[in-house]
Amino acid sequence: MELVLDIISWLFLLTGSFFCLTGAVGLLRFPDFFSRIHAASLTDTLGAGLILTGLMIQAGWGLVLPKLLLILLFSFLAGTTASHAMAKAALKSGLKPLVVNKEEKQSGEKPSKS
Amino acid sequence: MRHKLALSTLLSVFWLINSGHYTPLILFFMVVSTAFVLWLCHKMNIIDDEAQPLQLTFTIPGYWVWLIKEVVVANIAVARCVWQGRASISPSVFPVKANQKSDIGKVIYANSITLTPGTVSIDFKDDEITVHALTSDSAADLQSGEMDRRVCRVEG
Repeated sequence: MELVLDIISWLFLLTGSFFCLTGAVGLLRFPDFFSRIHAASLTDTLGAGLILTGLMIQAGWGLVLPKLLLILLFSFLAGTTASHAMAKAALKSGLKPLVVNKEEKQSGEKPSKS
Repeated sequence: MRHKLALSTLLSVFWLINSGHYTPLILFFMVVSTAFVLWLCHKMNIIDDEAQPLQLTFTIPGYWVWLIKEVVVANIAVARCVWQGRASISPSVFPVKANQKSDIGKVIYANSITLTPGTVSIDFKDDEITVHALTSDSAADLQSGEMDRRVCRVEG
């Protein structure tokens, strides 16, 4: 039984780590600030969520479980609020999102900073 | 009264979870600090439907389940875009209408948009949210309006 739980929790931890890594790679790969936010939200949601779920299975029934749940809840709420605040601040200070038209994909237009 | 009861219960439970020590002295501190925070909230006049949205108690768990499913699906889609590289994304910016009646409903909608990878709400005026979407698929998902309808239903 313990072995089964261990395997399940390690599956969660490894998948979570994969999504964190994917988020980091996306952060480097995507072309502009606004698309990078999407990559960062990978780490925020499934990355953190799966790792915390894995840890919850490791922790078992006890006081640690609700604490981990609280961390998950707060990171979901704080992550979205921070993303929105950053995106809005960037928009307000004049950073234009890079938009690709369907007809002329890869227009090569660089986002202008002012 | 309902809100005060809910807030003090929530604060006590929060304390009990985080403390782990259940001796009489520590429990006495719990009562004192809960009463203090309750008094502060009363002074700040923030004990209302917005800070303690009790009206959502029974409608929101179902929405959470649906939202988690959406977040997982969107995560996989964005992860695919990351590994496929720049050619697979087509960022766009467009407005969506928030049909919710209350402010808290609109906040839930905007926050859900941001929580779902692939879409971020970047501006909010009156009842129009400006959304930045990573791919045309994620944009189409949002424009179908299903999330909007579900949040409206949560509001009751």
